[in-house]
Amino acid sequence: MTEPVKDAVAVPAAPTPRTNGRPATQFVRPTFAGLQRPSNGSINADESNSAPHPAAQRDPSRFAPRVAQRRFIASAFAALCLVATLIGVVVLAALLIDIFRDGASRLSWSMITGFPSRFADRAGIGPALAGSAWVLALTALFAFPLGVGTAIWLEEYAPNNRWRRLIEMNIANLAGVPSIVYGILGLALFVRVMSLGRSLMAAALTLALLILPVIIIASQEAIKAVPRTIRLGAYALGATRWETIKHQILPVALPGIMTGTILALSRAIGEAAPVILVGALGFVAFIPTNPSDQYTVLPFQIFNWVSRPQTAFHEVAAAASIVLLALLLSMSAIAIWLRNKYTRRS
Amino acid sequence: MTAPRASLPTPAHDSRSWGEIGLEKRHSNERRIGILLIAASAVSILTTVGIVAVLVFESIGFFAEVSVWEFLTGTRWTPLFESKSFGVLPLLMGSLLVASGAALVALPIGLASAIYLSEYAQDGVRRVLKPVLEVLAGIPTVVYGYFALLYVTPLLRTVWPNADIFNAASACIVMGIMIVPLVSSLSEDAMSAVPRSLREGAYALGATRFEVATRTVVPAALSGIIASFLLAISRAIGETMIVTIAAGATPQMTLNPLRSVQTMTAYIAQTSMGELPHGTVEYRTIFAVGLTLFCVTLLVNMVSGVVLRRYREVYE
Amino acid sequence: MSEAIRNPAGPVELEARELSVLYGETRALKYVSLKIPDRQVVSFIGPSGCGKSTLLRCFNRMNDLIPGVKIEGEALFQGRNLYGTGVDAVDVRRRIGMVFQKPNPFPKSIYDNVVFGPKINGYKGDFSELVERSLRQAALWEEVKDRLEANALSLSGGQQQRLCIARALAVEPEVLLMDEPASALDPIATQKIEDLIYDLKQDYTVVIVTHSMQQAARVSDHTAFLYMGEVVEYGPTNELFTNPREERTEAYITGRFG
Repeated sequence: MTEPVKDAVAVPAAPTPRTNGRPATQFVRPTFAGLQRPSNGSINADESNSAPHPAAQRDPSRFAPRVAQRRFIASAFAALCLVATLIGVVVLAALLIDIFRDGASRLSWSMITGFPSRFADRAGIGPALAGSAWVLALTALFAFPLGVGTAIWLEEYAPNNRWRRLIEMNIANLAGVPSIVYGILGLALFVRVMSLGRSLMAAALTLALLILPVIIIASQEAIKAVPRTIRLGAYALGATRWETIKHQILPVALPGIMTGTILALSRAIGEAAPVILVGALGFVAFIPTNPSDQYTVLPFQIFNWVSRPQTAFHEVAAAASIVLLALLLSMSAIAIWLRNKYTRRS
Repeated sequence: MTAPRASLPTPAHDSRSWGEIGLEKRHSNERRIGILLIAASAVSILTTVGIVAVLVFESIGFFAEVSVWEFLTGTRWTPLFESKSFGVLPLLMGSLLVASGAALVALPIGLASAIYLSEYAQDGVRRVLKPVLEVLAGIPTVVYGYFALLYVTPLLRTVWPNADIFNAASACIVMGIMIVPLVSSLSEDAMSAVPRSLREGAYALGATRFEVATRTVVPAALSGIIASFLLAISRAIGETMIVTIAAGATPQMTLNPLRSVQTMTAYIAQTSMGELPHGTVEYRTIFAVGLTLFCVTLLVNMVSGVVLRRYREVYE
Repeated sequence: MSEAIRNPAGPVELEARELSVLYGETRALKYVSLKIPDRQVVSFIGPSGCGKSTLLRCFNRMNDLIPGVKIEGEALFQGRNLYGTGVDAVDVRRRIGMVFQKPNPFPKSIYDNVVFGPKINGYKGDFSELVERSLRQAALWEEVKDRLEANALSLSGGQQQRLCIARALAVEPEVLLMDEPASALDPIATQKIEDLIYDLKQDYTVVIVTHSMQQAARVSDHTAFLYMGEVVEYGPTNELFTNPREERTEAYITGRFG
């Protein structure tokens, strides 16, 4: 794979330009029983047979391959690409180190379970963590069935017509809509029109719509990957379409669907922009106990603390970021574990 | 879905031993499920309809009080001041300044990473680097905002002491890093889709790895690469938290990245945090700016889709 | 190892000396030795997996591109070891061209396909003259001279393959390696390629891997039969097909396996 990079004088130069050398050897095509040429080139009656074949004119001096120089450029480019790739790694390291250096000292059990406070050294993330957990559960509750249902319909039921293409195009476009626009939708639709107010419910519905396209696309991929033979086998036993899906397709596709859903949910948990619009609060001094309660979530709490001028609050924000990152990383780890566990089998 | 039935003769064996769930029941169940699934898929259409309806409805109220012309061409954005001006250009320009800055960081790094991963990296290296990039993509934007404001900005201010505390540059850099994984993974997908035979063809003509990558693989994957660039730019325009935290709240027409600016997204976020009375023109600015943001990102996304479909090379 | 290796008459262009290729632990090519004479056509035949493509790819170091490949022994070009120190694979590949099993034109114009190699190799002459000459040599000029800017993928499979030949000739190689160049083509296109090979031999040494014995018989002066990574028999095509010395060769050419 790696070609040795050497100063290349390389292969010896051809002794002489070779066209002017020997005359072309006489050549009698071998003929054997059963192996004759089908015809005598009549199919190919263009220039190659009618005219003398244009001879190769070889003159090495017309080429300046400068291999050593090109090798150097190639290595320099490879190094450049590697450096570019490592920039991502370095920044990630800088970010993690920065957050840990600022926040590790503030990390404690009382900080994780405590309530927010006007005094940075007493501020905790209890309500924010509880809010995030609520939002996680409610969002999953709405988005999972809707997303998987849509994917099943698109993959197993929908006729391949304009309506289906419209829905698929629509989903692709929704995936590219900025998250804050979902926040605006949530503000107008859930907070105002449906009068849910600044509640956990409004936040969860908004985030469910936000991650719906992601779940749909991931579930479609998982369902598509189920071998066709499984379907045919089930149909051949007299199963209806839904029986086939429920008993044969979904069990096989489920790990893929779960992986996609978990990753989508981890995105919902990390989002701050939409919940700003649907009314998360910067100061919640109670643990929410039902979906109509007012709330805050971890990213919003971090945002709130970062925006304050006091350095002490920045430290709490960093500590809260560590908790958030740990939460998200463990969700990704579960997703990756699921993916690896089930892809290895097939 | 409803196959003709009842035309088959009754089987010879005792049909009761096959349980009570008859075909009729199974098929009506089937219909119910079908309706439920259609309803689920209608939600995604309704979401789009809802977004457009909400944005347009409130914007109509806004444009009843502010002329479209003033909104699109005005160069002052002071809706919350005594002397109100509703020119969206400063916000648009803020968004474009930050997005172009982010693109300047992300596109070269992302493309170079993609080339490295697709053309150079050995399997073991790739197995380490790709998850790292995935982690980078999964970090919440609010944490990036923290990093931009409290790490990158102080660093910038040691080089340029007169930079504002809130400035576009730190947001550009951090947002650029944030979208690197998007560019690199989509571009890498496009480059991996280039058939191996093309690479071999170039190698067989005496090309170095660099020449194969830049003259064969990248041109062949160009539609996918450009589409990834556009998607990344659209993501940068729509990104909220980094700019809200680090880029400031000063709507101004400047190209100086060391100054404080306000993007469309930051305006929406910052304004909605204050208690704006429902139904006022100030409240409706959120929707008018939201509509502008929606249109801009939609446009970029659609161009990206067109590039991908129209210019994709079909091999064989 | 086979004892049936002969020294063909005339100057030797390519030579394998005790050449082995290892993919990890498996030895795909086992101590192969053979000589390929200048400006003649040599075919490698044998059942799939016999190592004929692997042997071919040793002669322009395409095997280097596969991770985990190890090469032992020597592959000589005009008496110089291609794997020796100071020999650069990039230079080797310019001097020894290759055409692949499936036509693989770049998704660019016909013109750009031909000039790709000359450009990277610093060609100093007139490009349009070079394009015409190369396309004429590949018997494609008349068909495409009016649409050199058309995308190469718009050509038929046979035309694409001749374009790939023109592309390989444009860097003025001395040897042309062909890896089943007609296996993806219809009979008419195949015949054009075969005619072309016959013409090219005036100026080039051509080594062709083929799974078709008829094709080997039609186009080549010498044929090597490979089996399980070894050269079983190598000699003038005529003799190998009419009077094989080895039993395995006879079994193969009479269709008893492979």
